[in-house]
Amino acid sequence: MTDSSARAAPAVDMRGITVEFPGVRALSEVDFRLLPGEVHALMGENGAGKSTLIKALTGVHRPTSGVILLHGEQVGFGTPVQAQDAGISTVYQEVNLCPNLSVAENILLGREPRRLGAIDARACRARAAELLQRIGLSIDPASTLDSHPIAVQQLVAIARALAVDARVLVLDEPTSSLDAGEVAELFRIMRVLRDDGVAILFVSHFLDQVYEIADRMTVLRNGSLVGEYLPTETGRLELVSAMLGRENTVLEEVGRRSQERAPASVPVLTARNLGRGGAIAPFDLEIHAGEVVGLAGLLGSGRTELARLLFGADRADTGGLSTGGRPFRPRSARSMIARGVAFCSEDRKAEGLVADLSVRDNLLLALQAARGWARPVPRRTADALVAEYIGKLDIRPADPGALTKNLSGGNQQKVLLARWLITRPKLLILDEPTRGIDVGAKAQIQQVVADLAADGTAVLFVSAELEEVVRVSDRVVVLRDRHKVSELDGADATVDRVMASIAAAHGEHGRAVAS
Amino acid sequence: MRPRQLLRHHLFWPIAALVLLLVLNTVSNPSFLEIRLQNGQLYGSLVDILRNGAPTLLIAVGMTLVIATRGIDLSVGAVAAIAGAVACTWIASGGSAATAVLLALGACVLLGLWNGFLVSVLGIQPIIATLVLMTAGRGAAMLVTEGQIITVDDPLYHQIGAGFLVLPIAVLVSLGVLVGVALLTRGTALGMLVESVGVNPRASLLAGVRSRTIIWTVYVFAGLCAGVAGLMISSNVNAADANNAGLWIEMDAILAVVIGGTSLAGGRYSLAGTLVGALVIQTLTTTVYSIGVAPNAALVFKAVVVIAVCLLQSPRTSQVFGVRRKAGPRPSRSEEVTAA
Repeated sequence: MTDSSARAAPAVDMRGITVEFPGVRALSEVDFRLLPGEVHALMGENGAGKSTLIKALTGVHRPTSGVILLHGEQVGFGTPVQAQDAGISTVYQEVNLCPNLSVAENILLGREPRRLGAIDARACRARAAELLQRIGLSIDPASTLDSHPIAVQQLVAIARALAVDARVLVLDEPTSSLDAGEVAELFRIMRVLRDDGVAILFVSHFLDQVYEIADRMTVLRNGSLVGEYLPTETGRLELVSAMLGRENTVLEEVGRRSQERAPASVPVLTARNLGRGGAIAPFDLEIHAGEVVGLAGLLGSGRTELARLLFGADRADTGGLSTGGRPFRPRSARSMIARGVAFCSEDRKAEGLVADLSVRDNLLLALQAARGWARPVPRRTADALVAEYIGKLDIRPADPGALTKNLSGGNQQKVLLARWLITRPKLLILDEPTRGIDVGAKAQIQQVVADLAADGTAVLFVSAELEEVVRVSDRVVVLRDRHKVSELDGADATVDRVMASIAAAHGEHGRAVAS
Repeated sequence: MRPRQLLRHHLFWPIAALVLLLVLNTVSNPSFLEIRLQNGQLYGSLVDILRNGAPTLLIAVGMTLVIATRGIDLSVGAVAAIAGAVACTWIASGGSAATAVLLALGACVLLGLWNGFLVSVLGIQPIIATLVLMTAGRGAAMLVTEGQIITVDDPLYHQIGAGFLVLPIAVLVSLGVLVGVALLTRGTALGMLVESVGVNPRASLLAGVRSRTIIWTVYVFAGLCAGVAGLMISSNVNAADANNAGLWIEMDAILAVVIGGTSLAGGRYSLAGTLVGALVIQTLTTTVYSIGVAPNAALVFKAVVVIAVCLLQSPRTSQVFGVRRKAGPRPSRSEEVTAA
């Protein structure tokens, strides 16, 4: 399996793959090789193109250009079924099996052994047992699937992949919902399959796991190939910087003012031991007036989860918050808004914009909600506010009556931002406010953040782009694997230091560091 | 307005349908448009249409707000039946008309609270949540009337559905509620908050909107509208019929709202549209009988007209006609209030 002849013929060879959607180039000219008998990790942040590449391979998307060679032969899949028939099986993050059927039926669905035209139940169970044994899973093939935990269901999905005699196995974030023991079991099975010569493509956001299981790693960023790396030769720091990139910034430098400002003595918001199971381990955090606190970490490190807990968008299991020295438990978004906290969700469409309403209505929504329905914002005040913020944030088109859904991403983001600015919050939590928007809008939003801090507003700034976090923040909080691992202040908050902290192996920064 | 703009207006096709129906009626019956003033009361086919359509219009106003929050209320017909049953049973057992009305409306508020609780607190899908009361409600009405058709003879009660103040009282009540709701929702921020909850409930909640209270309130209001409509229906015939009062009226109300251009997907709503929609539905019902469509074919005829209006309103059709609707159904606020 691991001899040189196998290495000479990759199981999958994708060359110059470009995938375009209307108006977007999701992948451009990406090369990717997957060898038989290896576990190959595909790495990258959100929007890097991982899923697009997988979907191009499994026949969900048809590449705009480029060729795919499977065991040396050129293929072009129009549908996922064709890819499956060619021996490429995919196991998704969400188990896509039938929970009410038996394990055996799930494994062999559509390929049941038949006798006299009817499904041979006995042969079915025997074949399923054989496949389960191959991956070393001892469960009753006749039991229903949903009687097993998710982790086992995922392994059943892998057994199903084997039933079709897959030579290429794609595992798309299979570990995101598994605990440590279950991950170990999955890895054991992956090694068995690898030693059988199966080519495994593995996607995970957990660096520790990747370093444990992967033989090679390919990094994508912004739809392009960054490179192929060997875990044995590549340090975590190098990998993280390949994934996050060093932004060749065309943005104007937003000056850092942390040195000039003495933080106010009383924090605007203090979190003590705040946490939520499965989302973010208990953490402590203080945010002072006039301070920009950055939140850095890889995808899945708990950035968004932390931000949502602070706003009460999700409920905390442990700990509590205090504002101005008074402790309380966050109960709802509304109660936090009353305390002067505002939150822009990373998911603009689902949790931010009211797309079918006008820019004007969207701008006034939070203010109006706080005043209650019976006290409408007086028309003249409303007109003035709307005009002021459309001008201030340069929202285009500068038409209060335009439907928000027709605006560009950057302008939609500005509308959201302005909606909260109008309420004059004490603390503004911005989750990925610059994701997926054009460079100009990005610079404007960063400038707004700087101006707010100068006026004494506290800002919590979450972003996947390290350069950006470091540039706008006075202090950077680093998260890794759903734990707060460090806080870097002033001069310490450099891209290198933050990266080092993100990339540090478990144990180095082991527990959450207070303050 | 230039012809193109006229064609683009969201109420163009519903109004065209209404005019067409009126023309059809006038052709088959030249005295159709005549209105006489007799003893200070207006009489005529048009007045009859308004009077018969009053309950549907009233329920449709409540339904408009429910639909604007992305919901639907299938129980309004059953609630109307309960209102009639409660009021007539009370009067039949010697109670006064005023108490009867209060009791009936109190019951409807409770039923609206129940619907709102299921939808806004328990998070049950509106169509399922209100289906419960749609089926159980008629049973409850039967219990109240003990399975009988209760007839009453109370002149005061009879005024609700059959009385006149120049125009039929029922018509005045329905129009009054329509205008009242238009002023209330557009004069305050309620309309905007209702639409916001309907377009994006999660975003609204995170912006601090009391989504739950708003959703709960619209169901209570819809229940109240259904109650008043139920009183009109039962008072008009001086009887409570648990089985047939307000039967299928929820469908007529939903149709009226949809024809009026409010999307079942929630969000922007048009009360003026609902008025036109309710008039189209009622005129259609009248037309079926007046132009002599065979009773067997009546429903088919009705269906054909409704389908035609809906097709003409669809965005695809607008494209075929070379016009594209830019905004939602509501053209502007000021126009809304005056039209209502």
